[in-house]
Amino acid sequence: MSTEEFEAALSESPFFRGMEQRQTHELAMQAAEESFRAGEFIFHEGEDAQKFYIIQAGKVTLEVLVPDRGITVVQTISAGDVLGWSWLFPPHRWHFDSRAVEATRTLSIDADWLRQRIEGDHDFGYEMMKRIARVMVTRLQATRLQVTDVYRT
Amino acid sequence: MIANADPMMPRVFRVRRKIRELRDVYTLLLEPPGNGEFSFAAGQFNMLYVFGVGEVPISMSGDPGQTQTLVHTVRSVGAVTRAISALKSGDALGVRGPFGSHWPLEKAAGRDVVIITGGLGLAPLRPAVHQLLAQRARFGKAALLYGARTPRDILYQRELERWRGRLDFQVEVTVDAAPGSWRGNVGVVTTLVPRASFDPATAIAFVCGPEVMMRFSVLELEKCGVSKERIFISMERNMKCAIGFCGHCQFGSAFLCKDGPILACDRVQTWFGKREI
Repeated sequence: MSTEEFEAALSESPFFRGMEQRQTHELAMQAAEESFRAGEFIFHEGEDAQKFYIIQAGKVTLEVLVPDRGITVVQTISAGDVLGWSWLFPPHRWHFDSRAVEATRTLSIDADWLRQRIEGDHDFGYEMMKRIARVMVTRLQATRLQVTDVYRT
Repeated sequence: MIANADPMMPRVFRVRRKIRELRDVYTLLLEPPGNGEFSFAAGQFNMLYVFGVGEVPISMSGDPGQTQTLVHTVRSVGAVTRAISALKSGDALGVRGPFGSHWPLEKAAGRDVVIITGGLGLAPLRPAVHQLLAQRARFGKAALLYGARTPRDILYQRELERWRGRLDFQVEVTVDAAPGSWRGNVGVVTTLVPRASFDPATAIAFVCGPEVMMRFSVLELEKCGVSKERIFISMERNMKCAIGFCGHCQFGSAFLCKDGPILACDRVQTWFGKREI
């Protein structure tokens, strides 16, 4: 993909919608396209969290291995959603495994560059943190409803 | 249609067939007395009476267009529902009804329809889905969002798969937790709302399931721009007489057996989530 194509994809994504054009242009300069086959891991629990992913197509899981119980999928993330915020907070390590459920295309942005940019340009940093906070709130509320186990009899 | 002058008098239906849907969930196909017919509106309920045991309110879960068989889906949780679940072909079951309000599909004509349901909540909505699909051209886009606890708890799975195969009906299913072998969605049903295709400015929404699931679903719909008077929920509380006499099912100023169970959200918003009631 060209930088212009990356910029168009980022501008259209729900996460980056409304960001200033110069900011999405900067992000587009850093973006890379990554594809994963069905069943392929994107990252493993405990690994360094080096990238921020935007899911373009497909579906990925967040899952955890529970001894004596096996793999438990805690969430699936689909096209239009973002994957991962562990890159933002120390120790910058992934907390879960993530695996492609089906063939998946992503845009990825280097986490080192993002962290430096967020610290160096507070306007950019605010726009990123605002969006990440919204994702966190949405997922936290959904998780709280999940642990309520509403269908239990 | 079988007429019954006394709404407190059960009529005797016979179990024609019993289907085990899930570990503790059964669907009974009942034959009206004298091979007659039984008509109802989608969303209504009957009082099912196991002679010598007791009576419970259960919504109809079949196709309103099939009047020669009465269909109920029951979870075996208490004395009466355990007894209902144990019935066999040919056994008798008392039926009072139909009672209550219905899913207002007539209000949805020309509009998009969003159906959000979870767990056994799909059972009271299945009649509305049958009706919607039977008259598909009357409505705009239609979407069904269904949540279950785990993949093994998905109700009417074959039917969901069949509906999903239609080109004019969006069906999304999610579970709260799943093993690694699951290839579907994991997450609460509210996470499906942003993915549903509908015009929030005019769509009608039908929501049925555990109350806390309904509260969060209503919040999510409002966030999308669906106003409360276009969101309909099915409230189930302690119903006894089913005809508005005993007051057990009172919910604020509404009697759920008469004014409900299907209610517009703007009517119940004051009491929704109130611990005291």
